[in-house]
Amino acid sequence: MDVQQLLNGLFVGSIYALFAIGFTLVFGVLDRLNLAHPAVFTVAAFVGIELVAVGGLSIWAALPVVFVVGGLLGLVIEQVAFRPLKGRADAHFAGLISSIALAGMFIALLQWRYGPDTKRFPAESFPETTYKVLGAQVTGVQVAILLITIVLAVGLHLLVGRTRLGRSMRATAENPTAARVVGVNVDRVSATTLAISSALGAVAGALFAMNVNSAQLGMGGAIELKGLAVIVVGGMASLPGALVGGLLLGLAEVFTVQYIGSSWRDLVAFGLLFLILVVRPQGLFGTRKVREV
Amino acid sequence: MTGLTGPILTVEDLRVRYGRVEAVRGVSFDAAAGELVTLVGANGAGKSSIINAVSGLVRPRGGRILFEGRDITRTPAHRLVRSGLVQVPEGRQILATLTVEENLRLGAPRRAGIGEVYGRFPVLAERRRSPAGTLSGGEQQMLAIGRALVARPRLILLDEPSMGLAPRIVDEVFGVIGEIRSSGTTVVLVEQNARRALRAADHGYILASGEIVHSGPAAELLGDDRVVQAYLGVET
Repeated sequence: MDVQQLLNGLFVGSIYALFAIGFTLVFGVLDRLNLAHPAVFTVAAFVGIELVAVGGLSIWAALPVVFVVGGLLGLVIEQVAFRPLKGRADAHFAGLISSIALAGMFIALLQWRYGPDTKRFPAESFPETTYKVLGAQVTGVQVAILLITIVLAVGLHLLVGRTRLGRSMRATAENPTAARVVGVNVDRVSATTLAISSALGAVAGALFAMNVNSAQLGMGGAIELKGLAVIVVGGMASLPGALVGGLLLGLAEVFTVQYIGSSWRDLVAFGLLFLILVVRPQGLFGTRKVREV
Repeated sequence: MTGLTGPILTVEDLRVRYGRVEAVRGVSFDAAAGELVTLVGANGAGKSSIINAVSGLVRPRGGRILFEGRDITRTPAHRLVRSGLVQVPEGRQILATLTVEENLRLGAPRRAGIGEVYGRFPVLAERRRSPAGTLSGGEQQMLAIGRALVARPRLILLDEPSMGLAPRIVDEVFGVIGEIRSSGTTVVLVEQNARRALRAADHGYILASGEIVHSGPAAELLGDDRVVQAYLGVET
């Protein structure tokens, strides 16, 4: 086993995981697929670069700002793409389409503001120091990617499991009407859930841009399918599933590139995910029937 | 509340419509503080629609609802829960994946009410860490009632609390309803088990096709041959 490749896989994988956790959170709590999530990922990458290049912030100071920007975008998504349609019989499909439309607008605004070209962080944005881990070279950014993902995933786990908001989220996930009966403000839970989800997606986008030192308008499309595949393989609506699924996908990609060839990357990675689903149709952490009542 | 001369709940000319179906067609009734009022009638008479309109789950098409003198016709459910009006919904609607205690804490603004509920329903205290879905039907009904009581409501709306329960459990549920009422909380009870509900109630309203067809003190309704023959059926 090549330690360097293992670590590289974990770094990429944790970005996928962070993206997928946000994706699956909205699916699990609100029973909606938010296809504006990849656009938030993209917006955050450009905003992160702008904060460093124009705003003069360090990359570490830019991340909390990106988190907040993502949260605000989540509130916009909820207000614009989901809330006006919530009473409709076809709210699932309608929300899916309107979130795609909103994603298109986000990307159009990015293109208007930044043009079609790839953006990069200014030179010397990244710390020079590298660390030796079991003979492998690791950069400060890579360490940060792993730590931030762990902190956010654990934080979300505690939030959902231990807090009043988390109980309200789980109640809404299981049965929105029953949640309203006991006094849960379901509209506010919806808005908060989208804000948290989008904040996580935004941090994933900024970290991704740091990891490859570039942001492109199309980057959301590339991770969208991966994110969907990861949440299906992890088990729809499962947060641990999204985490493990994301890491697995990252590792599969990196090892395929290393040992088979870069043109085989998607084929092998998605083939593996496909195999997992053949063996475990409900996904790694999924239950056969999540929703009841 | 005390000090109010009027009824705690007043419903005036309530109308509820689902698409083209008019489920409630101009219903008016009220409940005095501390009273147990029952709405009885066959399936589809509009009982649950009335309860859902009062508790803010369904938006009425017309009419007015006053709680402690305040107009709550358009107040959403979660705000009513905080102001002392709670519903125990039909089919219990407990949250099966949450533990018993989490179900109770959802309903409780503060933790204080939870201890009282455990005191009243020891079985819930024993099962506090279990997912609510693992409780028996009767226990789930106690949880649904307990979850409403943690908010320390002044008005509690019970929708078909005896539905699907064994006769022994039904007795238990009616016992609890009596206790709630004795503690001073106003109760509006909706039941298909009309005779049983009228025996427990002070005041009764009999519904048919979305309208009130008879009303009066519960004892009088039970003694009225026309009512008994038309709506209550033969006692078994």
